[in-house]
Amino acid sequence: MSLIPARFILIALPILVAAALLPLGVSGYILGLLTIAYYFAVFSMAWDLLFGFAGEVNFGPTFLIGLGAYGAGILNNRYGLDIPLCLLAGTALAVIGGLALAVPALKLSGPYFGLVTLVAVLLLQNLIVVFSDLTGGEIGLTVPDVISIDADTNYWIALGFMTVSGLILTAISRSPAGLILQAAGQDPVVAGALGFNVAKHKIAAFAVSAAFSGLAGGLIVFYMGTASVGTLIDTSVGVQIIIAAVLGGRRTIVGGALGAVFLIAAGELLRPLGSLSTFVVSAAALAVILFVPTGLLGLASFRRAS
Amino acid sequence: MTVAVKPPAAATVRAEPCLTVRGLTKRYGGLVAAKNVDLDLRPGEILGLIGPNGSGKSTVMKLVMGLEKPSAGSIRLDGTEIAGWPAHKVARAGIGLVFQHARPLMRQTVLENIVLALLPDSLLRLTPDSSVTDRARAIAERVGLGAVIDRRPGTLAFADLRRLELAKAIARDPKVVLVDEPFAGLTGPEVATFSALIRGFRDEGKAVLLVDHNVKSVAALVDRVFALYLGERIAEGSAESVMADPTVRRVYLGGSIETAARPEAAFKTESLLTVEGVDVLYGKAQALRGVSIHVHEGEFVSVVGLNGAGKTTLFNAVSNIVPHAGTIRFGGQDLARMTPAAIARAGIVQVPETRELFGDLSVLENLDLGGHHLSKAQAAKERDKLYELFPILKAREGQSARTLSGGEQQMLTIARALMMRPRLLILDEPTLGLAPVILEQLSKALERLRQTTPITVLLGEQNVTFALPHADRVYVLEQAKIVWEGPPDRFATEMGAAYL
Repeated sequence: MSLIPARFILIALPILVAAALLPLGVSGYILGLLTIAYYFAVFSMAWDLLFGFAGEVNFGPTFLIGLGAYGAGILNNRYGLDIPLCLLAGTALAVIGGLALAVPALKLSGPYFGLVTLVAVLLLQNLIVVFSDLTGGEIGLTVPDVISIDADTNYWIALGFMTVSGLILTAISRSPAGLILQAAGQDPVVAGALGFNVAKHKIAAFAVSAAFSGLAGGLIVFYMGTASVGTLIDTSVGVQIIIAAVLGGRRTIVGGALGAVFLIAAGELLRPLGSLSTFVVSAAALAVILFVPTGLLGLASFRRAS
Repeated sequence: MTVAVKPPAAATVRAEPCLTVRGLTKRYGGLVAAKNVDLDLRPGEILGLIGPNGSGKSTVMKLVMGLEKPSAGSIRLDGTEIAGWPAHKVARAGIGLVFQHARPLMRQTVLENIVLALLPDSLLRLTPDSSVTDRARAIAERVGLGAVIDRRPGTLAFADLRRLELAKAIARDPKVVLVDEPFAGLTGPEVATFSALIRGFRDEGKAVLLVDHNVKSVAALVDRVFALYLGERIAEGSAESVMADPTVRRVYLGGSIETAARPEAAFKTESLLTVEGVDVLYGKAQALRGVSIHVHEGEFVSVVGLNGAGKTTLFNAVSNIVPHAGTIRFGGQDLARMTPAAIARAGIVQVPETRELFGDLSVLENLDLGGHHLSKAQAAKERDKLYELFPILKAREGQSARTLSGGEQQMLTIARALMMRPRLLILDEPTLGLAPVILEQLSKALERLRQTTPITVLLGEQNVTFALPHADRVYVLEQAKIVWEGPPDRFATEMGAAYL
């Protein structure tokens, strides 16, 4: 029961090396797309920790992302704090905001947790519009500092961040604490009777998910130089993240990364179709969810197991 | 395997109780599921907590484990008051529960499932510990899972899944072990193995509480029996004395039952419902094994069996809700290719034990849903007949179904089914959780129904008192098989002993 299975490293390592060498051969435009895709990959992987392991559907991943992004962005825009400090503060805000939401919401049963997270997104969206002096409102927030203006550097940072996040989240999910989390997610009654405080483990998972979502949200702001409701917080963004995670495979963590890259790549390849492209990508995602509910990676591991 | 029944050492019996329950009461709305229960459990003792369906034994078990909060009363473990604690705190205080239905993690191996039970409740345990794995292996060997340790639960046989639940309980090393229906679904030799494992708990000085339906199934294992009925203690003592107790006998067998059977020859030779050689598998567990029964037009047939015997499965097979082998014919028509809805339209209406009323709708609305295929005038006429049969429903006409008492809900369920004008009415455990006075009302209504209409009824019951008086013919279903068929007046002499 090693935390990172050898087979996983054997498959992932060549892919990551190839990805790291991409700046040598492809255009800055494609690198830019992939950079965004890698940050979205972290969003999806962090979401799968909740859905796949804690058994809770968080309809508001963008609530956590938005707190991280706007928290970091405002500090930089308003007070000119250094980027690392802004990122740290944004991540902390996402965790605090996430806990403020999760602690009362996890007391509810059934679909109510999901509804609370959905409402939280709408609330945050409205707050940003109302406090437009601070947040830039509907126009968006511009940050004076960026991580780098070099596309290659930005790309490598995003790739490295995704890799490290994936490793940490995978290790957590396969650790003894992750095993307890899965038990709590699948059958809270049995888990409680085995002596596990179900709420504690789910709240901890929510905090971890919030930390990665918030940090990735902050990083994406300092990559793009801007933050806006439409690109980071809107519920449609949340839906994309959820589709990516389910498409890649529930309970796999890395499935979220595959799904995010797939969605963004497919959207780009189908761009000639114009406004139809979103429809085609969504229809394809729907087909996978309907006919292969375990996702692409889930299908692969199921084949192997049987 | 021979199992020597060893009387417990005198010293352990005199030991101070480790679990003391006093005045334990649980109310669900108006229903009192446990009433003033006093119970002591000593280290090194096996106590059988028995009672028929709806008697409150599961409620008592859940209250002790912390899965439900008591309305009143005290539960002390080694002197510490634990009543109302959440389950994880109760578990850490030293109480373990072996669930009846195995619910392991399906994506993890058997070993990992046992490892889970050995883990401390810590968020910071991020690296695997090899000593934990070694202990898990040792436990797997002890319960006989050594050969399948690396397999996933989905590939295991039914008995092995139960072993896994026992292994998890052993891993927690509790002072008090609660075992929910230890032998449900197990074969003879498996029962012997499990008995030995449970005796192992006692020999280690743990206190064991076995929760089961009847004394007989646990008699060889227990030191003492505590019998519950309608949430209250009706008897306590050795297995023999409880089986001989007049109250227990009346609850399980009924007093002197008046039967009014009509001979089978009185009905048309052609039967309305014919079930032949039906087999049903739930995953690994065989729920029905070669079951054959028949019901004539106008006949009242009871299928008697304890919980888990397969009654509901049999009815679900008739309604084609569960996949099955064998043939089922209704009025000469093979039901195999018909959907449950088509079967209901053909005239088989099933009243499930879960009642399935629309809780937010009124009594009248629930009835109208049953009679939606009738014209307005017909429906009104049918409804009036039913109000005559169940006068209380007329008085409650505008009340929402959720607010009715258990007995009224049961009457409404039956009335709603009758609104569909069934050719065959299937009643699944209608007496579940009902008080004796309600039972009598229901019994009278059924008798009037039998006398005044040509209705055909198939009744599934574990309450013999209720199942026998109306029946023309009785089947006994035991561990997935029909073991007896005959007129109700022969039941007590030929089958009675099995029902204690």
